[in-house]
Amino acid sequence: MTTPEQFYQRDWSIHPPAYSPGYKTSVARSPSYSKISLDNSVGELTGPVFGHSDIDAGDNDLLTNFAQPGQSPIGERIILHGRVLDENARPVPNTLVEIWQANAGGRYRHKKDTYLAPIDPNFGGCGRTITDETGAFAFRTVKPGAYPWRNYVNNWRPAHIHVSVFGSGFAQRLITQCYFQGDPLIPICPIVQTIPNPDAIEQLTATLDLNATIPLDTVAYKFDIVLRGRRSTLFENRLEGN
Amino acid sequence: MPQSLHYLKETASQTAGPYVHIGLAPKAAGFDIYKRELGRDISGPNAKGERIRIEGSVIDGMGAPIKDALLELWQANSEGNYAHPQGGDPVEEGFRGWGRVITDFNTGDWGFETVKPGKTLDSRGKPQAPHITLWLVARGVNVGLNTRLYFSDEAEANAADPVLNMIEWEHRRATLIAQRSLRDGKPVYRFDIRLQGEAETVFFDI
Repeated sequence: MTTPEQFYQRDWSIHPPAYSPGYKTSVARSPSYSKISLDNSVGELTGPVFGHSDIDAGDNDLLTNFAQPGQSPIGERIILHGRVLDENARPVPNTLVEIWQANAGGRYRHKKDTYLAPIDPNFGGCGRTITDETGAFAFRTVKPGAYPWRNYVNNWRPAHIHVSVFGSGFAQRLITQCYFQGDPLIPICPIVQTIPNPDAIEQLTATLDLNATIPLDTVAYKFDIVLRGRRSTLFENRLEGN
Repeated sequence: MPQSLHYLKETASQTAGPYVHIGLAPKAAGFDIYKRELGRDISGPNAKGERIRIEGSVIDGMGAPIKDALLELWQANSEGNYAHPQGGDPVEEGFRGWGRVITDFNTGDWGFETVKPGKTLDSRGKPQAPHITLWLVARGVNVGLNTRLYFSDEAEANAADPVLNMIEWEHRRATLIAQRSLRDGKPVYRFDIRLQGEAETVFFDI
């Protein structure tokens, strides 16, 4: 057995700081002390392995996975597809990707959401899939609606899909949000703007992908996800390539 | 301009928000959609070792319990092996060592059953005391927080643990030690996570 390689040190300049006063809830939920930096041991270098016995084939189709037979949710039909890569631009295969979102009216199917927009009886709002050998994944869903939230009295979330990814080691675990190209709410959202780096925000914005649409049926957006890369040990004998 | 290195940049994190349950624990959100919700069974029926329960709460900087947090854990089996192709020797059939738990909407308490993990090695081959790796997300938490849970009945191993010893402020090491007691004869460990304040839990950049 070979020990998995260490991960690259995380570049904290692209991540939102814990204390982000524009996003008020972060104020009392942000640790004050510096994190202690650890060399990765096997518990950080490995992580759970998921297979096709964990999920079902239709779990990635939000148009059908909660709809009554013969019906479908209201809203703009979209395909959200992309690849999970690492910082070395290598695919991350066989990893679990889970998503959740509001419906087309901006309402979540959650017992704590009381927004006045209606629940869609044919929309659950969650999906999951496992990337293929090239790191590729795809979901079919409706484009989520924008919705108001209490932060300042007049804050609106841009349309977004929450995305959870594992990778091959627990230190790669990531939850983020996917936004949509051209949404005027992106630059004024306090949660988006917790991210200090404009390029990192661009990287969270899915692009219209006309080549992946189904003509006369479903429009498509492309969203690639990049997880931390692993170091290569350049000056040690290795049986296989890096 | 010198040559470009062509590395990609990691995707930035965003908060899991208040409705994380829809995606990761939909029954708690109030609906039943998947045949199998993931992360419920951590150790399976065949795992050797001591069966334990771990419970606690997640507390904010004002001392209030956080009722919309989600925790994931990753641990070795009782012999120190992880359920991963490069995680050591093979583990018992059905042992995953990974779990997912939410804080209760009313009380903020969380809890799970598992087996107590064994010792593992660090990157330099030094033994590490039995521990569980934890990852916490919630509304208001912008990047998932990593910490470790150690066990109060492992005082000797904890005293020699390279990670605990790396924490310069000795009194802060105690924030990572789950306290053992017996309830109806069964071992229960208490582990409260404090995001801020005087007894702030130690978090790691892993």
